[in-house]
Amino acid sequence: MGLEAFFFYIFSIAAVASAILVIIARNPVHAVLFLILAFFNAAGLFVLLGAEFLAMLLVIVYVGAVAVLFLFVVMMLDVDFAELRAGFIKNAGLGAIVGGIVMLELIMVLGFQSYSSQIIGNPAAPAPLVTDNVTNTEALGRILYTKYIFFFQVAGLILLVAMIGAIVLTLRHKEGVRRQSIAVQVARTPETAMEIIKVAPGQSVFPKNEGPAE
Amino acid sequence: MPEELQIYAPLLPEIILALGAMALLMYGVFRPETESEAETVGWLAILVMIAAAITIVWYGNGTVRLFEGAFVDDAFARFMKLLTLGGGAVALMLSFDDFRNLRIMKFEYPVLVLLSTVGMMLMISAGDLIALYVGLELSSLALYVIAAYRRDSVKASEAGLKYFVLGALSSGMLLYGSSLIYGFAGSTNFQVIANAAKGAEVATNLWLIFGLVFLMVGLAFKVSAVPFHMWTPDVYEGSATPVTTFFATAPKVAAMALLVRVTVGAFPAIAMQWQQIITFIAIASMLLGAFAAIGQTNIKRLMAYSSIANVGFALVGLAANSAEGTQAVLVYMAIYVVMTLGVFACILSMRRADQAVEEIEELAGLARNNLPMAFALMILMFALAGIPPLVGFFGKYFVFMAAVKAGLYPLAVVGVLASVVGAYYYLRIIKVMFFDDSKEKFEPVRFKAGAVIAAAALIMIFGVIWLGPFTDYAMAAAQSFTFVK
Repeated sequence: MGLEAFFFYIFSIAAVASAILVIIARNPVHAVLFLILAFFNAAGLFVLLGAEFLAMLLVIVYVGAVAVLFLFVVMMLDVDFAELRAGFIKNAGLGAIVGGIVMLELIMVLGFQSYSSQIIGNPAAPAPLVTDNVTNTEALGRILYTKYIFFFQVAGLILLVAMIGAIVLTLRHKEGVRRQSIAVQVARTPETAMEIIKVAPGQSVFPKNEGPAE
Repeated sequence: MPEELQIYAPLLPEIILALGAMALLMYGVFRPETESEAETVGWLAILVMIAAAITIVWYGNGTVRLFEGAFVDDAFARFMKLLTLGGGAVALMLSFDDFRNLRIMKFEYPVLVLLSTVGMMLMISAGDLIALYVGLELSSLALYVIAAYRRDSVKASEAGLKYFVLGALSSGMLLYGSSLIYGFAGSTNFQVIANAAKGAEVATNLWLIFGLVFLMVGLAFKVSAVPFHMWTPDVYEGSATPVTTFFATAPKVAAMALLVRVTVGAFPAIAMQWQQIITFIAIASMLLGAFAAIGQTNIKRLMAYSSIANVGFALVGLAANSAEGTQAVLVYMAIYVVMTLGVFACILSMRRADQAVEEIEELAGLARNNLPMAFALMILMFALAGIPPLVGFFGKYFVFMAAVKAGLYPLAVVGVLASVVGAYYYLRIIKVMFFDDSKEKFEPVRFKAGAVIAAAALIMIFGVIWLGPFTDYAMAAAQSFTFVK
């Protein structure tokens, strides 16, 4: 068994085990942490495949952003997981039957069929050879901005919609909130900030309409 | 236009819509936050849609494939895009008055509708699994947001959340199916998949069929065909009525176009397999739509079940797997959009004391209070029920004829029976309007809604005159595909 195969099994077993633990962990925070572990192992598998850029992307995007966001949501929202589980157990029997049937079918189809020879004949975008001295990042960049520019642009539009949607659904302008406006503060001069009042003997310093509360 | 960019001319409508949406977003952000500014953005959005429609008619010619087949512009795509743009623009126009009433008149709505329409047009033109997915997500994501657009209403939030969760699930199914298909064919391109499926033996085909089934599940969810229809009544009822109007028209057309493109475009070689699926969901949708609508008291829920049934009827045409069948789908969807816009304009006019009422009972005695509206709604209901000589009848006629020609007699028989059952609840509305004791008057019908109601009713009555040229146009569009028996 070569070193590569050794690491492959380590990463795969750890990935599958942590994926199972995501589902069965009682504490939701632990579940998210196991999810992060699963992502790390998947990144390891990508490195073994020679796709180091995807591996880094997985760590940065999924671990750095998505999983941390999950963690925040789990910790901030007061979700009663015991209650959710109760509903789950009620329907578990039916779900297990349907899931089992689909699983069996999948095993029948994917386990005993070899895929078409066509896939070897026409890969969508062949990976560059190591001898070409092209890095992963460069190879992806070459097709992402040329061959796949259409998908890339539409993906950009999807992100725009997500941004607008988040703002539309959550932003509320509250009336009567005093916000700090640094520009206004900086622009103040002694003339606008101060008022010099000559107080005649026997008079109060309050402006006319704002007498002291009685 | 520089010569290198000439080849991208077929993409011009989408570019216009996308850039228009971004420009309007900027306009909306930098102008004061008032209702009249929001309405200006709305009218400008409609202008952008009209401009896109003009470029479709102007530049559209023959069949063009861009980006290695990911974007297909053909007569079929142009037909469906014009229909989507028309439905979307009218639904947008109908939203202004109601949103003012609900105090949610904001500039983001037209922008989201525009972006969603871009997604739908990309769906219609999809020639590649990735293009299919990104187009679908672009349109759906905007739809999830506008479902919950009336965010202070619990029901609307529920509708948005339900739509989002179920939509995400169906996207997952669709992606899983796509990955299996890619694994089989080694390409995401529809033409390559079609070629790969042709040569493969039945045994290796199993893999492909498995992928196809998952893909169909995702798409059936988007057209709300039974058994993936559960979200429809709740989303239709919960969303603000103008949003429901949009849901019932443009996205339905786009999703149906996508279904045609995937089945006929990418899997002609295994037509037998997907015909079975389409036949089943068509029968289930027609029956469930007909029977479940009987017990409804809320007219928006009733229209939801009606839309499920209508999708079933349109799918009958697709199940035929022939040029006539696809032509019938096109004609049916066009007529469906007109009828639905008319009915929803009527629902938007059901207002008392500035409050929208949605119960069917509230229509009681409408004939005595507002005869023109009652008459128009009667015409639309007769058209939905499929009673000749209204145009609605011909939609069903073409669909069933295509099924009979393809030898799908059971499907046609079930379809006719389902439309008889469906006629019951459409006629019940007419009975309530004309024969029940009159209730308090509605507020006067507003101009925009009135114009749409009148136009829809007139098209239903006199549309027969243009039916010949129109069906020829649809036939030319249907012949963009090659059908394999």
